[in-house]
Amino acid sequence: MNWLDTVIQGTLLGGLYALFAMGLAVIYGVMKQINIAHGDFIVLGAYVALGIVAATGLHPFLVIPLAMIVFGLFGYALQRSVLNRTIGGDILPPLVVTYGLSIVIENVLQQTQSADPKSIKLGGLDTASIPLGGGLAIGVFPLVMLGTAIVVAIVLEIVFNRTRLGMAFRAVSDDREIASLMGVRDNRLFGYATAISFAVIAIAGVFMGIKFTFTPTLGPNFLLYAFEAVVIGGMGSFWGTLAGGVILGIAQTIGFALNPGWGILAGHLVFLAVLLVRPTGIFARAA
Amino acid sequence: MIATEPVVVERASTGGRAGPILAILFALGLASGPFWLSSDAMRLFVEFVCLLAMSQMWNLLAGYGGLVSIGQQAYIGIGGYALFVLANQAGINPFLSVPLAGIVAALFALPTSRVLFRLSGGYFAVASWVVAEVYRLFVANISALGSGAGVSLTAMLAFERGTRESITFWLAALLLLATTGGMYWLLRSRLGLALTAIRDNDVAAESQGVDVGRIKLLVYVLAAFGTGCAGALYFLNALRVSPDAAFGMDWIPLLFFTVIIGGIGTIEGPILGTLLYFTLRQTFSDYGAWYLIALGVVAIVVMIRFPRGIYGELAGRFGWRFFPIQRVLRQT
Repeated sequence: MNWLDTVIQGTLLGGLYALFAMGLAVIYGVMKQINIAHGDFIVLGAYVALGIVAATGLHPFLVIPLAMIVFGLFGYALQRSVLNRTIGGDILPPLVVTYGLSIVIENVLQQTQSADPKSIKLGGLDTASIPLGGGLAIGVFPLVMLGTAIVVAIVLEIVFNRTRLGMAFRAVSDDREIASLMGVRDNRLFGYATAISFAVIAIAGVFMGIKFTFTPTLGPNFLLYAFEAVVIGGMGSFWGTLAGGVILGIAQTIGFALNPGWGILAGHLVFLAVLLVRPTGIFARAA
Repeated sequence: MIATEPVVVERASTGGRAGPILAILFALGLASGPFWLSSDAMRLFVEFVCLLAMSQMWNLLAGYGGLVSIGQQAYIGIGGYALFVLANQAGINPFLSVPLAGIVAALFALPTSRVLFRLSGGYFAVASWVVAEVYRLFVANISALGSGAGVSLTAMLAFERGTRESITFWLAALLLLATTGGMYWLLRSRLGLALTAIRDNDVAAESQGVDVGRIKLLVYVLAAFGTGCAGALYFLNALRVSPDAAFGMDWIPLLFFTVIIGGIGTIEGPILGTLLYFTLRQTFSDYGAWYLIALGVVAIVVMIRFPRGIYGELAGRFGWRFFPIQRVLRQT
């Protein structure tokens, strides 16, 4: 195993996992809820993107803005119509309702798209790479993926820390009742948070569809990767989530290099190790 | 003023007095099952009891302990595999191995709780799922356990088919009594009172002197034991175990369905939910994916519109209590 190459590939894969994770972190950050169907929505995003590419012939990268708008609106509607009814003190309703959504999405995809593996083709860009010398090379597409993750982290940091919307998000997150008393319209705000989460899911879905061959049943795995990246990184900072994604990507890539059966397991074990040693995450911002 | 009024604490209701008698009659009917039931009916009954026991254990965790785990398949799988190792490799009687497999599951739950109890709420839920995946992937990588393909219960070859089916059936009858009766006894005890207090408000319970951390640990280990026994019996009945069947994520929607649609936080709810699930499955399973989609939609609708489940709604409306565990204060 070439360690340097493995770490580089893992870092690039981590960009994708960070994109998976940031959508989950937005919802958790504002509503303190975990969307169990998160991974299934990523898979759904890939199928939707594939459909748009097939119908319009657009380049997959150009489909991203369109997919973000469609998913953002869908996320807003879903939050306002269904998920807002699960918000409250009890942790069970959001978990059960989003788990139910997960089953529905997976089986609808199974039924309408078949279980055959699909993938989104990029033309020549899939395989293009930049040689670094010494037998090392960086794929262009993985680099785009990591770059996008960094941009998304910057945008989310700005939205949450420097805008009125972000101030309202943080206020509702700290104390929903007092924020409401201060005039924050929480139900609508939750809709905005889910819209942002789903716009990020759309990006993640398109990239996932290019990176992997996908089937309707992959969703739960992606949820777990996203969750692990969020916990490893620590709550409260999208930079932490980005770092968490990269750590997970490196762990999985090293695991795969050692033994193909160990890749995912290695990621899980790193997650559990972080939980034991530093349960608030490596880059947690002090409360 | 209220404190000075004479008050009696009541537990029994008409349903409550009838419940245990019906249960005993039912148990006698069960004991004779192998003499009048067909093989298929017995196998179905064993499966039913296993799912019901798993449901009651999840009910204990999520409905009373406030521990919403979506990784109980870890203990179904550990119970299943422990049975196969004990019976095939260690040569212990396979039927005796069922409770031993439950103990193995409880032993695994102790270190697991060390990691999981660092999280709460939704984080605990998803992390418990990760743990179940870790166990699945470990088992799938161990060639002595048949890797991804799984193993058959070769130790069963020593038993004649009729004997095997009868003993499996009686074990299931025991498991049914142990989980339902055990839950009833547990929830009526002091521990049950503490658990109910934790469910309603763990901070208030702590301030009243309930050792919340210790009780949650106890419930988690107890649920692992019960789930492990049920998993072991399930795969004893199936005669074959594989990582995907044992540790697969298909278990969780089942438990959600039986417990939540039946009525979480009651003993009767999961029984009703499991009966309903088996009825639906025997009737609609040919519809494949559409059937699963319908189950998902029903779970969403029930959770939002009727969070107390079918039994909770009925009991609330008609005052039914077949297993009365609550204490009712009545002024005389």
